[in-house]
Amino acid sequence: MIRGTKHHRFFFGVLCISLIVAALVSICFGAVHIQLSEIFSAVDHYTHSSGVPSLNERIFMEIRLPRVLLCMFVGAALAVGGVLMQALFRNPIVEPGMVGTSSGAAFGAALYFVLGALFKFNAGEWTLPLAACAGGMVSTMLVFLLSQSKQSGRSSIVGLLLTGIAVNALFLSGVGFLSYIARDPQARSIVFWNLGTISGANWHSVLIVGISTTVCIAIAMRFAKDLNALMIGEEEAQYLGVSIRKLKLIILTINVIMVAVATAFVGVISFVGLVTPHLLRILLGSDNRDLIRHGAVLGAVLLVTADFVARMLLQPAELPIGIVTSFVGVPVFIILLRRKDYFF
Amino acid sequence: MLEVKNISYAIGDKILLDDVSVSFDAGKLNLIIGPNGAGKSTLIKIICGQLKALHGSVFYNDRNIDALSMAGLARIRSVLSQNIELAFPMQVSEVVMMGRYPHFSGRPSAKDNLACDEAMNFFDVNTLADRNYMTLSGGEKQRVHFARVLSQIWYPVEDQFRYLILDEPLTFLDVRYQFDFMHKVHYLLEKKDMVVIGVVHDLNLAARFADHILMLHEGKVFSSGEKKEVLSKENIRSVYQMEATIHFENNEMNLFFR
Repeated sequence: MIRGTKHHRFFFGVLCISLIVAALVSICFGAVHIQLSEIFSAVDHYTHSSGVPSLNERIFMEIRLPRVLLCMFVGAALAVGGVLMQALFRNPIVEPGMVGTSSGAAFGAALYFVLGALFKFNAGEWTLPLAACAGGMVSTMLVFLLSQSKQSGRSSIVGLLLTGIAVNALFLSGVGFLSYIARDPQARSIVFWNLGTISGANWHSVLIVGISTTVCIAIAMRFAKDLNALMIGEEEAQYLGVSIRKLKLIILTINVIMVAVATAFVGVISFVGLVTPHLLRILLGSDNRDLIRHGAVLGAVLLVTADFVARMLLQPAELPIGIVTSFVGVPVFIILLRRKDYFF
Repeated sequence: MLEVKNISYAIGDKILLDDVSVSFDAGKLNLIIGPNGAGKSTLIKIICGQLKALHGSVFYNDRNIDALSMAGLARIRSVLSQNIELAFPMQVSEVVMMGRYPHFSGRPSAKDNLACDEAMNFFDVNTLADRNYMTLSGGEKQRVHFARVLSQIWYPVEDQFRYLILDEPLTFLDVRYQFDFMHKVHYLLEKKDMVVIGVVHDLNLAARFADHILMLHEGKVFSSGEKKEVLSKENIRSVYQMEATIHFENNEMNLFFR
C-alpha cells in the first residue's frame, strides 16, 4: 500500500513536469520561433498593459498559449471521460463518446456546415460550438430514452451500451448523408472537423472548456470510490452502500457535458479517451481515484504533444490532430492489449 | 435479529415467494435450503434490500428496511453474492479494502487498514495480498471475497447487530475449505452480535453446521426450525423427490442418498 502510494506520487510528479515541458516546447516551436525571454516579457506586457507587444509576443499570447491551454483541457476532458465511461460500463473498450455524444456532436456540426445558412440562426463564432454541443446532448438523451426498459423504467448498463452503438451508427450515417449532399468546401469542413482541429483556439474557448473540464473533474473525483465499488458488479456495489441510479446519472451527465463542450470546440478527437485509461491501468492499477487524477494530466500531455506533432509534420500547413492521435493511438492500443499480464 | 414478515414476490404471473415469514437469531448459523427455483436467492435479495417485496417487510432488529438508507445498511450488513466478476485487474488488497468503503470517504484510516489485514489473516489470504485478483483460482477468489465481506462488518457497532448474508458461499471451495469456512463462521458467531444467514446446497453441510434451517419449496416455507425436524426423511422426499437415509452418530447427523 505505502510503496504504491509513493510510487503514484512520484509518477504524478513526472507527469506534471512532462506537461510543463511539453507545453513550453509546443509554445516555443512552430512556424515562428519564440524565445523564453519573449514569453516573460509578453506576460509582463499583458499583465501591466504597458507598452506595445512585439509580433512574437502577440503570437505567444493570442495564438500559442490559448492553443496549448485548450489542448490541455480537451486532453484532460477526453482522458477523464474515458476513465469514467470505462468504469461505469465496466468495460475496457468504451470511449467517452460511446453513449452517442461525439457522433451527435459531429452530426450537429455537419448540419451547421451544410444547412446552416438555411436556418438563419447565427451566433457568430459560437454557432458551430453551439450546434455541436446541442447535437451531442440530443443524441445522448436519445440513447437514454431508448435504453429505458419498459418494465422497470431503469436502464441496464449493457442496454445503454448497445443503444449507444446503434444511435452512434444512426448519427454517423446522418453525417455521411450530409457530406454526400454537401458542396465541396462544405464537405471539406465536415471532414476536417471530424478529424479534430485545434487551430480555432482562442481565449473564449479556453475559458469555457477550462471551466467545464475543471468542474466536471472535481465532481468526478468525489465519486471515484463509488466507481471502484462498481468494479465488482452493480449488485455488489449496492451492498457496499452505493446508489447505482444516482451514480449513473451523475457520471453520465458530467461525461456528456465535458465531452460535448470539448468536442464542440475542437471536433472529434479519437483514441485519447480510450488509450489514456489503459496506459494508466498498466502503470498504476485500477483505482479510479488515481486514474482520474493522473488521467487528467496524462491526457493533457498527450494532446499537447499530438498537437505539436500535427503542427510540425507538414510545416507550415498542419495535420488534423485526430489523425495524429489515431495514428499513434491505434498501435499503442494494440500493443497494450497484447501484453500478457494485462487481461480481462 | 432479523425478521422477515409475510414476504411475497412475483415477476409477471410467476410467483417466486408466497407469504414467507421467518426470523433469524443472532449467534446462530441460519441456513436456507431448498431445490433449484425454490426462491432462496430471491429471498436473500429481498433481505439485502436488492429487491423490494411486493407485500410484507424485512426488519433489521425491529427497524423496517425501508427506513434504512443504503449507505447506513452497508455499515452493518455485508453480503457475499454468487459469481462475482471483476471488470478490471486489481490487487487483492484493494478488493478487500472495498469492504471498508462504506466506512470512510477519501483515503482509508488506520482502522480500515487494520480491519482488512485482520480479515485477510482470518481467511488465510494475507499471502495473496499483493497478487493480481485476475490470476487467482476460483477458490482463492472466493476466500478473498470472504475477507472483503468480513472486513465490511469487522468492528462491532454499538447497540446494533451485524449481519452477514451469504448466497451459496461454498460453491468454488474444495471440501477442506468448505469445512474450514463453516468452522470459521461458527467462531464468528461466538461474538453474540452477529446474525449469519446463508444459502447452501449441500444438505450434509447444513446437517452438520446449521443451528436453524429454513427449507423453502416453490416459494413457500416448507419447514423451519431445528435441523432434526427440518431434515426429516419425509421432508426431503416431498421437496427434493429423493430417498434419504439418516444416520445419527455422537449427536452428528449424516444423510445418504440412494
